Amino acid sequence: MLDRLREPWSDQRAERTLGALACLVLIAIVLMIVFVAVRAWPSFHHNGLAWFSGRGDIDQQIGVQVNTGANPTRADYTIGAWPLIWGTILTTGFAVVIGVAFSVLTAIFIVEFAPGPLRRLIVPVVRLLAAVPSVIYGLIGILVLVPFVTNHLVGEGRKESVQYVINLSGTGLLVSVVILTVMITPIMIAIIVDALYAVPRGWKEGAVALGVNRWRAMWTVSVRAARPAIIAGAVLACARALGEAIMLSMVSGSKGFAPNPADGITFIFEPLRPLASTIVEDAESLNAPAVQATVYSFALLLLASSFFLSIAAWIAKQSMRKYGVR
Amino acid sequence: MAVAPHTEPLKPLRPPRKRRVNESVRTWRWGDRIALVLCWATGIALCLIAGAIVLYMGVKGLQFLKLDMIFSRPQASADQQGSGGFLDPILGTVLLTLIGIVLATPVAVATAIWIVEYGRPSWLARGVESGIEIVAGTPDIVIAIFGLALFQQGLFSPLSFTAEGGAVFGRSFLTAGAMMSLIALPMVFGATREGLQAVPMHLREASYGLGKTKIATIRRVLLPAVKPNISTGAALGMGRIAGDTAIVVVLLGATLRIDPEGSIPGTNVLRGTGGTLTSYVYNNSPAGEGNAEQKAYAAAFVLLLIVIALNFAVDLIARRGAKTGLESTRLGA
Repeated sequence: MLDRLREPWSDQRAERTLGALACLVLIAIVLMIVFVAVRAWPSFHHNGLAWFSGRGDIDQQIGVQVNTGANPTRADYTIGAWPLIWGTILTTGFAVVIGVAFSVLTAIFIVEFAPGPLRRLIVPVVRLLAAVPSVIYGLIGILVLVPFVTNHLVGEGRKESVQYVINLSGTGLLVSVVILTVMITPIMIAIIVDALYAVPRGWKEGAVALGVNRWRAMWTVSVRAARPAIIAGAVLACARALGEAIMLSMVSGSKGFAPNPADGITFIFEPLRPLASTIVEDAESLNAPAVQATVYSFALLLLASSFFLSIAAWIAKQSMRKYGVR
Repeated sequence: MAVAPHTEPLKPLRPPRKRRVNESVRTWRWGDRIALVLCWATGIALCLIAGAIVLYMGVKGLQFLKLDMIFSRPQASADQQGSGGFLDPILGTVLLTLIGIVLATPVAVATAIWIVEYGRPSWLARGVESGIEIVAGTPDIVIAIFGLALFQQGLFSPLSFTAEGGAVFGRSFLTAGAMMSLIALPMVFGATREGLQAVPMHLREASYGLGKTKIATIRRVLLPAVKPNISTGAALGMGRIAGDTAIVVVLLGATLRIDPEGSIPGTNVLRGTGGTLTSYVYNNSPAGEGNAEQKAYAAAFVLLLIVIALNFAVDLIARRGAKTGLESTRLGA
């Protein structure tokens, strides 16, 4: 046996071995979908489409599930996940929209306008921001931004006006979106910068030769050519924002409450909790079958969303291939 | 009589003044000027945010970090004076990172070689490639909870602790490291693939021309050529593993100390639960149970140093051939 391993490999054998290793990834994905779906099934089965609706206080529903025994009845599975889904949509949506605008401008700055020294500074800065662990962002959020918001922005009057409904403690939509934006912009900047560099030089030179200024040439030619990359970057950032669990569990207020845009300015201070954070926080009570089904159903929803986002990013990137950008 | 026209003696021509080719911004339309200002503002804002984060963490970290914290074990204690240091979380971070990267690198490199050099049948190659993109886009918390479901199967009971009723706990360094390798895999794969695609075709042809087989070419020519790329990917993946919290909280138990499981030295640590710097920061922040800000700041500072050091390593390795300097960040997406 060992002798066979030691002798030089034949090409066919090498191909088969490497191919088998490559297929491990596909096996992992299939296993992931199967295991999560099997454990999530009871929750979807017992709730039907009402799973996606709002059914009152979700924290209370999960609390009831934690205390059910090993043999939960059908009613014990009751869950209406809308507040958590809404929290995820709000944080992700706002962060991605702000992040796209911010990162397109920054990418143009890096590629076109930044003077040499500043460009040499800003590239490591982007990489640093991409590398900072989410728990450090969360720590800064909870120890710096949250006290600032609660002391200077919320105001006593606003706190008292809603104190019978919800406690405004500074943690909430505003801080979550601000930090999430900072976390996801570096990825988008990196993708957009690469795409802008990959736009053929002659295209922009042609525009400049026709008499438009540098900004116009950049905006009307380069950025337009890089549109697929901007979409791909936004989609990937969206996937990242969806799955952010730790940072959001620290600064979102961690309350199963659906912020209501009709509340005016108070809306941006209202606490929430996205799906991913709920999974982290309830991971300890997984022994109760009802909680297990609930938590895995959240995971399945996240898995399905990120799956579709990956496909969307892949489609968007296909049109970039012709410029040699991967 | 003809008078010679009075002419000025020719002045030597002054060399033409170097004028900026760029037109003055004053000729721009207002809309364009505002856009330019916005570009500058966002660029500088980004630098300021990063500077503020690093400065703040640096100041707080140096303020609360004492040398003996790094070398003393954590204690469960109500106040911050008595809770000891964070030796165990540091060891946990190192151990978990090593397990993850050791598992991820061979698979990722083999996959990249197979896709670039063989890639037959092509539908399977395309499937694997998009599979890796799907793994890269999957939230770490979903990977964590999948790992829990997977490793709680009886088949994997040797990897972790088994309770008396026969229920497999599923949480240990080995299980967490295995799931961490899924996080690092896309980065190592991406870096290796880009390196392989950049190796010129004639290198391979020269090797075939000398009568080498394909596998010998891969081993003797291609692997040495892409070694820097593999190291870049591995360093990036390690940074990602060291910074991940969700998998640690769900799959490693996020305990204060490393709790060995079983009696065989060596494997007992691998089968046991523990914590890393990230889970230590999380548990000591106001969001966790510990609520010891100073410890959280100190540990976060150490964590930030580790991550920055790994990024610096990427810089050192990938200096050659980097065009924009942001390729490595793109790999992480």
